Amino acid sequence: MTTGFHPAEAFTSWGRVVREPHTVARPRFPDELGQIAGELTSEAPGLPVGMRRSYGDSNLNPGGRIIDMTGLDRLIAFDKETGVMRAEAGVSLSQCLRILVPAGWFLPTTPGTRFVTLGGAVANDVHGKNHHSAGNFGNSVTRLKLRRTDGSVREIGPGNALFHATIGGLGLTGIIEWVEFQATQIASAWLSAEDIAFANIGDYFRISQMWKPRFEHTMAWIDCLAGGDSLGRGVLSGANWSSTGGLKPHREDPKLALPVDAPSFALNGLSVKAFNTVYNELKKARTAPYRSHYEPFLYPLDAIANWNRLYGAKGFYQYQCVLPYSTARSATPELLKTIQASGQGSFLAVLKDFGGVPPVGLMSFPREGTTLALDFRNQGERTLSLMARLDRIVAEAGGRLYPAKDGRIPAAMFQAGFPNFQQFRAQVDPGLSSAFWKRVSA
Amino acid sequence: MSASPELEHTAMVAPSNRVVILGALSAIAIATARIYASEGAALLLAARNDERLKGLADDLRARGAAQVETAALDFETGASEAGAHLARWRQQLGGIDHVLVIYGYLGSQEKASSEAGELARILSSNFTSAVAWCEAAAGMMRAQKRGSIVAVSSVAGDRGRQSNYAYGAAKGGLAIYVQGLAHSLAAVGARAVVVKPGFVDTPMTDGLKKGGPLWAKPEAIGKAIRRAADKGGPVQYAPGLWRMIMLAIRMAPAFVFHKTKL
Repeated sequence: MTTGFHPAEAFTSWGRVVREPHTVARPRFPDELGQIAGELTSEAPGLPVGMRRSYGDSNLNPGGRIIDMTGLDRLIAFDKETGVMRAEAGVSLSQCLRILVPAGWFLPTTPGTRFVTLGGAVANDVHGKNHHSAGNFGNSVTRLKLRRTDGSVREIGPGNALFHATIGGLGLTGIIEWVEFQATQIASAWLSAEDIAFANIGDYFRISQMWKPRFEHTMAWIDCLAGGDSLGRGVLSGANWSSTGGLKPHREDPKLALPVDAPSFALNGLSVKAFNTVYNELKKARTAPYRSHYEPFLYPLDAIANWNRLYGAKGFYQYQCVLPYSTARSATPELLKTIQASGQGSFLAVLKDFGGVPPVGLMSFPREGTTLALDFRNQGERTLSLMARLDRIVAEAGGRLYPAKDGRIPAAMFQAGFPNFQQFRAQVDPGLSSAFWKRVSA
Repeated sequence: MSASPELEHTAMVAPSNRVVILGALSAIAIATARIYASEGAALLLAARNDERLKGLADDLRARGAAQVETAALDFETGASEAGAHLARWRQQLGGIDHVLVIYGYLGSQEKASSEAGELARILSSNFTSAVAWCEAAAGMMRAQKRGSIVAVSSVAGDRGRQSNYAYGAAKGGLAIYVQGLAHSLAAVGARAVVVKPGFVDTPMTDGLKKGGPLWAKPEAIGKAIRRAADKGGPVQYAPGLWRMIMLAIRMAPAFVFHKTKL
């Protein structure tokens, strides 16, 4: 009944590689946070977390304390005229959309899952398919309330140093109590979309260049098994908000759920078949515009709850890097070749061009360039050494990795990728830490 | 809430949405209130903590509630004035269609076995005061010849077990009381329902080992309560599977049951 830390066995992130005991507090009301924050010290630090959709260990604190923020899920204010929403940090983007959409508003940007909290969206400065037009989530945050473990509480906004450290700050600068953001106006919950097949990675760069100014949302799937002339073949999708179709939001519950871990061979077989069907259809039909509700277009994987179990009991890693445009054209094929030769990559990878909107966070991941993301089923040392090979290509190309996806990056590689690292470190709350932070700040 | 003739008319043909929630800050109550809010209902939230009630009221307004009122009070000391409270809330909402009695206190059996104060609190919170509120609400429903009372009991009330028989006895007593009220209200066209949840992932059960197919989210119980306010029999399990489980548990002979640690 009282707030306090309770033991939790095998607490995991989305990738499910690490399964360590933690002690977890689950506050339900903001007035409980003072006491919780007061118990955290540099000797026994804690970490506030949301829905644990980060893949690696940035949301874990093995053997230590976790503050599960999902119980703080109340909206504080929503102005239907201006589209400004203020809500407690544990409110999910999914819940926000249920309120925003019927009133003619949408999230300024959204990652590929709506099952993340507002606090998590800020702490990872998440990006989406509209990055080239909207920037990151943090670009639309107008204000937030931050509680430090020294007992101080402040409301901060753009211009404040702690604010800029908190956007993309991985929950390490304090406990985010609430977030206020500016939503984007929409006339309909529907998108007008087009798909186009590209024969190889060279074609991707050529076509995406033309599609970026035409579409607010773009992203591409690529086939990681194809080599030779077909290296990096795939499908690029673009979409703009439609002006018709009504403002009906998505349904809250996923349609399907995976009750058990899949056998390890299941995934590639399924996705190969699905991809080939789409790819061949597209080649035949060329591009025909179609309409899609935002739900399947922006959140294709949310239809299956626990899709992470597809990778089997040992879990999986995700690898997401961004490369500056100057090197992306040469380094991306190199990454794909390395992955293809290893035979370890997931069948599908996601490719997207980030735009030039400057991030507001000191540690925000996106920068102008091309981002590649794909999954690797956890096969132990073999998988780690492949990712180390990819690291070298990324480092040489002047790129960096996304902390939200990472569970193994060495400190030197991380610090080299984020030039504001030292400035950020000075803003970290000594009472907060994570497995990721312990590794990369060493 | 406006009381245009048109709205009055609608209220008489369709189930209407002016709802009083006692124990509004519990996880189950919040989940229930959010369903009503999304339907544009008028709500009166009662619980002890005024600041938390105000925060929840803002949330429910943003989620679409037409009207949200709050009342900070203690249900045990306030039970003797239940009728007066309800009459005032009825004025505030322009009528009351549903009264949801959701508050309760799990307490500790170990403490209740050795401290009279803890035992008294468990019985008063879950039974004595709860039935006083139900009876006052029933009086109002009899007079208006419509409306429903939904009281939240527990599967713990179906068979006494070593780990929580004080709580179980109080919740079981509440279930019998509400079942009787349902019988008595049937003649005038009003309803009373007791909802018996199984294991629910709420602050009340923090510290227990959770997870597995028998643990429900508060949202699932909220849906069951929302449904129970409009339809169904006087005793409803949530989720429904618990009806079968509790049948088996009630039927288990003592020589088997006593070997368990339940």
